[in-house]
Amino acid sequence: MIAELLNSTALPIILVGAMVGIASSAVGTFLVLRGNSMLSDAISHSIVFGIVIVWILTKQQSGPVQLIGAALTGLLTVFLTEALANTKRVKQDAAIGLVFPALFSIGVLLLNIYAHDVHIDTHTVLLGEIGFVWLDTVELFGLPIPQALVSMSVMTLLNYAFIGLFYKELKLATFDPALAKTFGFMPTILFYVLLMLTSSTAVAAFDAVGAVLFIAFAIVPASAAYLLTDRLWMMFIFGALISIASSISGYFLAVHFNVSIGGMMAVMTGVFLILAFLGGPRYGLITQMLKRRRARQAPMEPPSLF
Amino acid sequence: MQWLELLSDYTFQNVVIGASLLGLISGPLGCFAVLRRQSLLGDAISHAALPGICLSFIITGSRDIGGIMIGSLATGSLAALIMLLLTRKSRLKTDAGLGVCLSLFFAVGIVLLTYIQGTSNAAQGGLEAFLFGQAAATLRSDLWVMGGVTLVTLSLLAAFWKQAKLVTFDAEYARTLGMPATAIEATLTAMVALAVVVGLQMVGVILMAAMIVAPAAAARQWSRHLGTMLAIAAGVGIVSGVSGATISTLSRGLATGPLIVLTATAIVLLSLALAPGRGLLWGIMKHYRQKAELQKRQLLYTLYKHPARPASRRLSLSARLTLALLKRQGYLTRSQGEADWGLTTTGQAKARQVVATFEEVAP
Repeated sequence: MIAELLNSTALPIILVGAMVGIASSAVGTFLVLRGNSMLSDAISHSIVFGIVIVWILTKQQSGPVQLIGAALTGLLTVFLTEALANTKRVKQDAAIGLVFPALFSIGVLLLNIYAHDVHIDTHTVLLGEIGFVWLDTVELFGLPIPQALVSMSVMTLLNYAFIGLFYKELKLATFDPALAKTFGFMPTILFYVLLMLTSSTAVAAFDAVGAVLFIAFAIVPASAAYLLTDRLWMMFIFGALISIASSISGYFLAVHFNVSIGGMMAVMTGVFLILAFLGGPRYGLITQMLKRRRARQAPMEPPSLF
Repeated sequence: MQWLELLSDYTFQNVVIGASLLGLISGPLGCFAVLRRQSLLGDAISHAALPGICLSFIITGSRDIGGIMIGSLATGSLAALIMLLLTRKSRLKTDAGLGVCLSLFFAVGIVLLTYIQGTSNAAQGGLEAFLFGQAAATLRSDLWVMGGVTLVTLSLLAAFWKQAKLVTFDAEYARTLGMPATAIEATLTAMVALAVVVGLQMVGVILMAAMIVAPAAAARQWSRHLGTMLAIAAGVGIVSGVSGATISTLSRGLATGPLIVLTATAIVLLSLALAPGRGLLWGIMKHYRQKAELQKRQLLYTLYKHPARPASRRLSLSARLTLALLKRQGYLTRSQGEADWGLTTTGQAKARQVVATFEEVAP
């Protein structure tokens, strides 16, 4: 029965989509809270460079080597950005805008040069091939499990293991870096590990959703969760739920309209963000409006003297 | 001979003119974006151009550049507006607003792109070129439109030059003067969208961000005046545009956008290192010159204050070098044998000055 489900095309695709969302929104939550969301943009573009370099060196398109290569590329991106910003000649945002297009350009040019040797082309770089994840399977427990599902599950486990182990430290480092530093929690190192996990997740998600849509999966569910709750652990739960819901609804809408599945899933995360933006329990636009109207209509209590 | 042939080539002429127009508009407008710390807004706007391109294709059924420009201008500005709305009306910060708009608009664009591919319209072939740019596909008619947009944008900028300048550097002051600062800021942002639109054909939506940031960052190194900076940025944009497009045309198969971006990045790196005054090498040189000057003064001070010190002392290499330099400049004499340094008359005068300044600073 399970084998049958896995053999159908819908379930693996939906599972991979949901896993991409869960794994990316876990790290994305911290990026959103720290105000570094655009680093996911930089990292997701520059890993194209990392993927091509690792491929040239080892001829491997996926697997642990690629994940490590991606982590290093992510570090390189952040390091170069910081180095540029530290010269005080360019601002932080301009430094990001200089570094990732350059790395991305080198990646794309190398892809152009090695075009006939490698199957990742510029098209895959952008769109991903989530519709074909069920073609590439590995045998696990006697079941054909899609390769992408395995790697995304590993990244989900890794991300949540890191967050679970260092939950207290990460929380403090996110909301009060100065205090975290005083306690010896090394917020900078924690942050760098987080960025390495972000880039590894981006590579694992790369085959499925491509470079640019990864940003949607990392930032949008986390942002929506941020509009819904004030608790960090609730943000992870909301992020995961939104990812699962977008994956399911995105798949069926995409099949119905015959459009890109990954793209539609990303669009659905946006729909949930709009819902959270309008109807969030405390910060939603509609809630705020209702609250204001109620306050206006309620009779003004005279200030009690006793 | 080959070069002459190339220059008279029709496609190549188009490419060069297009690339120059791109540099001409993206450089100056990028300056405003970078100075107003909105570098990444350019990135979001350029990604958000994709759904506009697709929508205009769906509506008009052709990849006519006029329609595509209007479409991408509309969605690019819409993305900027939504970004503002998200950050003003909710607790999301600017970075999250940018990331959200960038990725969602791009996702919508991808969905529309695949929708168009599904409808199997024969004319859709060229749409993907807008992702990475395809300079060779530029038509003469496209150039007229691009040139028109550039001309209008730059004249608009010239007309509002004073206001744009003030809003960029001191928006609060502009407000107190009664200028419509918000409207001017919105206009400047919309102009970035215009620059993006012109660059679509050349660089593509993904790398257009670099063409906003890179020429401006390079130009900032060379000038302290807004006008000069704009002119230099335009120059850098034109040079990188034309050289990138040329390499791309000569080597069939290499995407134009990445080549243009890498040329611009190289110019930025050179400017960061070499520009007089702000360049990093200048900084390093200045540091060492000051270090040497300080050591010279310290030696003069010591020799003046403690003339009768023990003769043979192990000196560090840098101290020896400074001593030799001082001797060459006529401040010191080496009277007898190896290590006995003495001040000359000019040296005495100089040392008195040094002592005076030192003791004035730390009595």
